[in-house]
Amino acid sequence: MQIASTPPAGLPVEVRGLTKSFGEVRAVTDLSFSVAPGRVTGFLGPNGSGKTTTLRMLLGLVRPDAGTGTIGGRAYADLPRPASVVGAGLESASFHPGRSARGHLRVLAPLLGVPDSRCEQVLEQVGLLDVAERRVGGFSMGMRQRLALAAALLGNPGVLILDEPTNGLDPAGIVWLRDLLRYLAHEGRTVLLSSHVLGEVQAVVDDVVVISRGRLVRACSLPDLIALARHRVLVDGPDQAGLRAVLERHGWSIEVEDGVLAVEQTGGAGAPAIDSRAIGAALFAAGLEVHLLQPQQVSLEETFLALVGGPDSEVVA
Amino acid sequence: MRAALISEARKLTTTQLWWIVSIVMAAYMAMLGAMLAFSFTIDPESMQGGSLGSGSGSETPALTARQVAEAVYTLAPTLGYVFPLVMGALAMTGEYRHRTITVTVLAEPRRSVVLVAKLVVQFVFGAVLGLLGTAGAVLGGAAVLMVVGEPTLLGDSGIWANIGWSVVALALWGVIGVGVGTLVPNQVASVVGILVFTQLVEPLLRLGLAAIEGAGEIAKYLPGAAAEALAGASLYSASGLAELLGRWQGGLVLLGYALALALAGRLTTMRRDIT
Repeated sequence: MQIASTPPAGLPVEVRGLTKSFGEVRAVTDLSFSVAPGRVTGFLGPNGSGKTTTLRMLLGLVRPDAGTGTIGGRAYADLPRPASVVGAGLESASFHPGRSARGHLRVLAPLLGVPDSRCEQVLEQVGLLDVAERRVGGFSMGMRQRLALAAALLGNPGVLILDEPTNGLDPAGIVWLRDLLRYLAHEGRTVLLSSHVLGEVQAVVDDVVVISRGRLVRACSLPDLIALARHRVLVDGPDQAGLRAVLERHGWSIEVEDGVLAVEQTGGAGAPAIDSRAIGAALFAAGLEVHLLQPQQVSLEETFLALVGGPDSEVVA
Repeated sequence: MRAALISEARKLTTTQLWWIVSIVMAAYMAMLGAMLAFSFTIDPESMQGGSLGSGSGSETPALTARQVAEAVYTLAPTLGYVFPLVMGALAMTGEYRHRTITVTVLAEPRRSVVLVAKLVVQFVFGAVLGLLGTAGAVLGGAAVLMVVGEPTLLGDSGIWANIGWSVVALALWGVIGVGVGTLVPNQVASVVGILVFTQLVEPLLRLGLAAIEGAGEIAKYLPGAAAEALAGASLYSASGLAELLGRWQGGLVLLGYALALALAGRLTTMRRDIT
């Protein structure tokens, strides 16, 4: 996968205290996070949580009410030939429908200081060379995403910022994008991509920045996020009070859910691991009758939804 | 700046509209030139009894050969200027309509550079449309004048000055278009506004102000009248409907409109957040 002869150095992205309101609506509130070079960072949150506004402030398109966003320590507009330092794909729909894919890139090439031959390279890289002369108006969403990515890669940038790049991609396209972004990060570039679906980027991100309602919820590595995913075991039997007493004696924490006991990971140090075999053994030793002993895995997506306030937490921004 | 100019020029040439408008401009002006030359020379009386001459009464003398030639050859600034005006507006409103302004400003964050590049490119394209439109009017008009045996006056340097300045006037209309489009980035509103102003408001104002004692002076400073002054003649002035400013005055007034609109657009639309 040839990108260019020498990959440029990735630069750290720093967001410090960004705040923005549109009229009465608070879009982003005191948001701070860092994005490291050489890693893929997922910028996650529900639709309307302020992801796009944050990226637009970082790229100088929207003026923040407070705070700063910098790339390699400088504001986007202060970078020399910024689009060749930072490749941004913000909107897959932002193409003139009457312009060809090639035409779109050729409009950008002079501003990025790259020769027209570079347009052919990136068209080939994203698999659009065969349709380069076709008007973008007839492109599918997936093809537009590929063109937006080609435009972002045109200047061989050390930093890639992509807003919802998986939208409209078919599963094969998502795998392709994942491999490409992995490769770009492996070369040392900084890759920041936003998504409202953790599952679509879970396989590619190293770090996550989770926001909800314009505020930071969590910034951590993906393994740390996965560790938040809880395991639990549902338990029931005729003597619920007896079951409960035994389980609590063993140090498990219990909640009642839909009339059955849910044995949850407390997360505290020294708490016993949630394991249906250990629970079953403890209850058998206590001579209690058990009707239900069911391990349950809380998925990463559910953990994510719990972090951002559940599926009904969408706000307008 | 050079990169921005190349980028803007490519925006124009990578879509289809520019050559369609170019052909329409040349053909439309050639047709109007031929028709006007025909109606002036075959039946000069019709100009006095008809709508164009209604305000001047029956004592208006028939047009001289020079007036006919001037009116016909300057049809582009008189009637064809709406083409560069709309193209100029589309250069900016298209960016907002198709949301390409995001990509444009990311590639060139200096928004003044973006605006100036558009102004320059539309000045040049306005000149191209001016060249094509004026060539159409001259060819169509002169052909008819020759056929009916009237002088074409194409050996006259004054007439060629009219023709040359017509091209400049259309180039300035392209610049004004960019200003309008920047001030009113909504494409539909911008184009409808241009059509209503050029086809209805300004003609009515010019007729209305001319009828009011002392107000005719104001009408000379309307942009259409200023452009005709730059060209040095127009259908309106030739038929005695309106007086024009001097060439330099007209040119400066037109340039003033162009710069004022561009500046207003820079201070409003181009300062806003791009969301």
